[in-house]
Amino acid sequence: MATEKQITKIGNDFFKTRFVAHHFATADQEFDACKFGMWMFLLTEIMLFGGLFVAWVVYRLWYPETFKHCATIMDWKLGLVNTCILIVSSLTMSLAIRAVKMSDKKTAVKMLLATVLCGAGFLIVKYFEYAHKFHLGIFPGENFSFDGAHYSNAHIFFSLYFVMTATHVLHVIIGMTAILWCSYRASRGHFYKDYYTPVELTGMYWHLVELIWIFLFPMFYLIK
Amino acid sequence: MSTHDTHHADTGVNYLNASKGIGNWLLTLDHKRIGLMYLWSVMFFLLVGGTFALLIRLQLAFPGHGFLPQTAEGKNMYNEFFTLHGVIMVFLVIIPGIPAALGNFFLPLQLGAKDVAFPKLNLASFYLYWIGAIMAIVAILGGNLGWWGRLDTGWTFYTSYSLTTSGPVILAVSAAFILGFSSIFTGLNFVATIHKMRCPGMGWYRMPLFLWAVYATAIIQVLATPVLGITLLLLIMERCDIIHIFNPAKGGDPILFQHFFWFYSHPAVYIMILPGMGVISEIISAQSKKVIFGYKAIANSSIAIAVISFVVWGHHMFMSGQTTYAGAVFSFLTFAVAIPTAIKVCNWVATLYQGSISLDTPMLYALSFLFLFTIGGLTGIPLATLSTDIVFHDTYYVVAHFHYVMFGGTIIAFFAGLHYWWPKMFGRMYNEFIAKCCCLTIFVGFNLCFFTQFFLGFAGFPRRYYSYGVDHELGDVWRTMSGFSSIGAMILGFGVLVSFVNLIVAVYTGKKASDNPWGGTTLEWTAATPPPTLNFDHDVSIDRDPYIYGKNTGHH
Repeated sequence: MATEKQITKIGNDFFKTRFVAHHFATADQEFDACKFGMWMFLLTEIMLFGGLFVAWVVYRLWYPETFKHCATIMDWKLGLVNTCILIVSSLTMSLAIRAVKMSDKKTAVKMLLATVLCGAGFLIVKYFEYAHKFHLGIFPGENFSFDGAHYSNAHIFFSLYFVMTATHVLHVIIGMTAILWCSYRASRGHFYKDYYTPVELTGMYWHLVELIWIFLFPMFYLIK
Repeated sequence: MSTHDTHHADTGVNYLNASKGIGNWLLTLDHKRIGLMYLWSVMFFLLVGGTFALLIRLQLAFPGHGFLPQTAEGKNMYNEFFTLHGVIMVFLVIIPGIPAALGNFFLPLQLGAKDVAFPKLNLASFYLYWIGAIMAIVAILGGNLGWWGRLDTGWTFYTSYSLTTSGPVILAVSAAFILGFSSIFTGLNFVATIHKMRCPGMGWYRMPLFLWAVYATAIIQVLATPVLGITLLLLIMERCDIIHIFNPAKGGDPILFQHFFWFYSHPAVYIMILPGMGVISEIISAQSKKVIFGYKAIANSSIAIAVISFVVWGHHMFMSGQTTYAGAVFSFLTFAVAIPTAIKVCNWVATLYQGSISLDTPMLYALSFLFLFTIGGLTGIPLATLSTDIVFHDTYYVVAHFHYVMFGGTIIAFFAGLHYWWPKMFGRMYNEFIAKCCCLTIFVGFNLCFFTQFFLGFAGFPRRYYSYGVDHELGDVWRTMSGFSSIGAMILGFGVLVSFVNLIVAVYTGKKASDNPWGGTTLEWTAATPPPTLNFDHDVSIDRDPYIYGKNTGHH
C-alpha cells in the first residue's frame, strides 16, 4: 500500500520516509550539495559581517581614545552572560543533530526547543541592554547625547555597536525561527537517520551566529 | 565517447511544450524555463537601457543645449537618463545577462545534470530580480511623476551626495540590495551545482570552458556581493539619520564608502566579463573545428582573474584621496590582472591558427569580440597608470574604454552566445543572412559610436555633462566626434533591434534546427533539440575531454 511505503519504522517511532529529489542521483549527493550550498551561504554571511568589521577597525584606528572611552560604559557582565548563553545553545544544537542522526525523536525536539529558549534568553538580555542605552540617550541619530562631550565622535562607536549587534540580533531571530520550524518537523517525524538535512543546515547557521557574537563581544565590551 | 552518438526518440515533447499555461511557466522549477524567462527579461531591459543611451547621444549630438530645455529641470532629466542607463544596463542586463540567462540554461546541460542543485532557489532568485527591477523603475519613474526628487546619483550612490539629494535613494538602494541577493543566490546555486552535480567521469579539467568561466563568476558573486549588501544597508541607515559612518560632517569617512562600493563593484566588472569569455572559448573551438589551445591555461586564468579581481578596487579611486602608496599598489595589481586576460586572448588566437574556420554568425560575433575586447583591454592600461589616469579621469576616454569592454566584450559575447545556442534552445534556425548583416552593422555602429569617444577623451571632453560649447581651440574635435558618435549610436541601436527581431521571428517561423548545427562536442549538443524537461533521455556519463576535433577523434 502506498501509505505503508511512505512510513519508516525505527524502534518504536514512525518517520515519514524521505525520497531523493528528482534531479539528484543519490541521497548522499543531495545531502552533500545542500551542505555545500550552506557553506557557501555562510561565506556570504562572513563577507557581510566582514564589511562591518572592517568599518570597526577603520574607525578604531581613527578615534582610538573615543573607542576606549565608549567601551567603558558597556556592561561586560551582560555581554558575558550572553556569550555563555550562546555557547550553551551551540551545545544543545549539536546534541539535537546527534539525536536526529540516531533517530531519537524526543531528544531531538527537546534539544531544539532548548536551543530556542537560549536564543530567547539572549534576546531578553539584549533588550535590557538596548533599553538602558535608549534611556541614556545614546542611540545615534538626531537626539544623540553622550556625557563625554569631548569625545566628539562617540556616535560612530555607537553607530557601529547598534548596527552590528542589531544585524546579529536579526540573525538570532531568523535562526530561532528556523529551529522552531525544525522542531515542529522533527516532532512530526520528518527527520531520522537517513534524512536530517534541514536540522544539519540550521545547526551550521546557528553556530555561525554564535561565532559572530564571539567576535562582537570583545570588540565592544572588552577592548578598552 | 559514451554519449555522443545516441539517437533520440522523436516524441515531440520538450521543455517548451511539456506543460502549458502561464502558471506552469511562472512556477516552473526547470532551469531551462527559468533561464528563458531571464533571457526575455534581459533582452527587454537591454532595449530599455539602450533607449536611454540613445537619448543621451541625441542630447549630445550637437553643441548647445540639445533637445532638453536649458533649465535645472532639463539638466536633472539628463542626469536621470544616464542614471537609468547605468542602473538598468549594469544591474539588469550585464550582470544577469550571460550567467543567469544562458548559464541557467546550459550549465546543467553541459554538466550532464538534470537541473541545478537548488531549483527553488533558482526560481526565487528570478523573482528577486524582478522585484528589484520593479523597485528601481518605480524609484525612477516616481521622480518623473513628481512623487519625489529625481534619482540623480548615478549607479555608484557615492556619499555625501547620496545623503543629501532629494532623489529616492533609499528605494533605489533597496532595489540594488535585492538584485544583489538575486545575484548571490544564482552564484551560490551554480557553485554548488558545479561542485556536486557533474556527471560521472567529468573531472574538473573535463568541464567545458564556459563552466569554468561561470564558476569563477559565481565565486565572485558569492564573495563580493554581500559586501555591497551591507554597504547599501549602512547607506540606507545613514540616510535615515539612524547612524553616522559615511558623513564627513559627522566624523565619518566618505572614502570608506567608496572602498566598500568598489570592493564589490570592481569584482563585479569581472562578473560581467568572465561569462562572456567562457562563451567565446566555446564558439572559437567549435567553429574552428579545433581543440581549444591551452585548455588548462584558459580554465586556470578564469580563476586567476577572479582572485586578482578582489585586490584591484582602488584603481577606481586614484583621484579620490587615497594615498599615493595605495594608488601605486593598486596600479601594479591592476596591471597584473592583464596577464590572465592576455593568456585567454592569446589562446583564442592560437586556436584559430590553422583551424578550419566557419564564418557563421556566432563566429563573426566571436571575432568582433576579439577585436573590440582587445582594444578595450589595452586602452585600460593608461587608466591603470597613475600619471595618465590623472589626465583621463572623468573624460570620455573612460566612457569609451568601459564600453569597449562592457559592450564590445560582454554584450557582443552575449549576442555570440545567443546565436550559437538559439537553435538548441528553440529548435529553430534564425535567418543567417540577416544575422550576419546585423553583426556587421553592430560592429560598424559600435566602433563609430565609441572609437570617436577616445578622441573626445583626448580632447578633454568631460563625462556626465549635458551640454557643451565649441568656441575654444578643441571645439571642432568636440563637435565632429560627438556628431559621429551619435550617428554610430543610432546605427548600433538599429543593428541590435533588427537582430532581436530576427531571433524572435525564428522562434515561430525558422526552419527546424538539427541537434548539433555547429558540430560542437560539449554535452549540451548531445541532448535532443529542444531538450526534454529532464535534459537527457538517458543517464549521462563521459570518458573524454570536452573538445575533441581533428584527426585523433574519428569525428569530423
